[in-house]
Amino acid sequence: MTNQDIQLLIQAVEKADSANDLLETVENLAEARHPEAIATLIQVLGYNNPGAAVAAVEGLIHLGDLAVPILLEQIDGYNYGARAWATRALAGIGHPKALDLLIEAAKRDFALSVRRSAAKGLGNIRWAQLPDAEVTPAQTQALDTLITVSQDPEWVVRYAASVSLEQLATSLTPTQPTLVSQILQRFNKMMETEEELSVKARVQWALQNLCSLET
Amino acid sequence: MTDSQPFYEARLSAEDSPADDPAYTVEQALENLQQTADPSARYYAAWWIGRFRVNNPIAVEALLQALEDDSDRSPDGGYPLRRNAAKALGKLGDLRAFPALINALDCEDYYVRESVAQALEMLGDSRAIPPLVKLLEGGLEKAQQVPGKPHLVQPYEAILEALGTLQAREFVLLIEPFLDHFVEKVQYAAARAMYQLTGQAIYAERLVMALQGNDLQLRRSAMMDLGAIGYVNGAEAIANTLAENSLKLIALKGILEHHLTSQSLDLELSQESVRIMKLMDGLL
Repeated sequence: MTNQDIQLLIQAVEKADSANDLLETVENLAEARHPEAIATLIQVLGYNNPGAAVAAVEGLIHLGDLAVPILLEQIDGYNYGARAWATRALAGIGHPKALDLLIEAAKRDFALSVRRSAAKGLGNIRWAQLPDAEVTPAQTQALDTLITVSQDPEWVVRYAASVSLEQLATSLTPTQPTLVSQILQRFNKMMETEEELSVKARVQWALQNLCSLET
Repeated sequence: MTDSQPFYEARLSAEDSPADDPAYTVEQALENLQQTADPSARYYAAWWIGRFRVNNPIAVEALLQALEDDSDRSPDGGYPLRRNAAKALGKLGDLRAFPALINALDCEDYYVRESVAQALEMLGDSRAIPPLVKLLEGGLEKAQQVPGKPHLVQPYEAILEALGTLQAREFVLLIEPFLDHFVEKVQYAAARAMYQLTGQAIYAERLVMALQGNDLQLRRSAMMDLGAIGYVNGAEAIANTLAENSLKLIALKGILEHHLTSQSLDLELSQESVRIMKLMDGLL
């Protein structure tokens, strides 16, 4: 795709004059997977058009690490809706630079759908992108957060935390036995106390997967 | 208690609602429900008590009073407080409310009757079947729009759903014609009930088909129905339909839990359970 083509797609988004038109032009722009599209896709997150925002988030996730610095830079001072969508994009990308933001969102966002996706994102972090010395402290921080979040009042947030704890345990086995055993302890506790059947089943599945990993 | 009870709870918490205001307490809710000077505070308190299942005798007593309230009237002559009181009584699951709810099934306000039918479904007492069936009298022919109103003569959707959940097997022939009602949501409610009463996949598949439709509201509705009846074979269609992930997750949770409760727990998870959880993981 030439630079001119991508400029045309960007202009089409800027000119969109109806919700449907916006959705369609954003989808086209997102599918181009072109770095030049990042700023426009981020802008769309603030338009209060859920369909277009979903398409923009998908586009940003596909662009991956390239979008991370721009997302982090633009996220402050944005309206709440835009920040929620940006959090989802960062959760999907999994770059460790977003760690602090995801921790904050998973613990404290008032919208359960944002806590849910931030919690999911914490299991999705690509630790290898951190300098060696920072890996263990960062993993410990993610683990502490997920243990807190696994006690969220909303079932779906606890469900997401369980998924991420399993992912984290998988990436920590066998190098970090202490952290892994903390996760196993938390899972065993959840098997005793969790009242929602679905969350309990998810924990049970995680435990099964982790057992088969060890043998 | 019926299977659908936790499901309704989940449906409410699907919204990112600011109602989880920690400053609003049980004491305050009870106080607001018992007073009559501020109708809107009373209305909110009734909803809140249901939402957070404030299950105590004072709450039930105050809600029963609210169910007979004459002071809070909407411009069209309806009884907003009664509607909320009925819903809350359903959520509290206290059978002491049963006779009052049956009486309220005759209320002139359509929306009160609708809330009552939903509450009776949640209470799960099969003695509610005959009075609910009575509202289907006249069958499809009588199930018309009320002139000048946005609703039918009876809350057929809620009635059919309740009859399905309450296992009104002897009334299948009465329910079946509603599969052809001109309102799609009523068709779905009938399909849902027919599946619950007969266990035949053909009825659940009608709901799966509805997930391909063009109308978002109808897709949402069919999805929630599939969650409520726990139709395992509908899981993939739910994950793939065009709707919010929050609602898909709730529908899949309904299916998963339905499936889990029909299994003996503690054992190895079934393949179906794992399949559903994989779909759920992908929607987070």
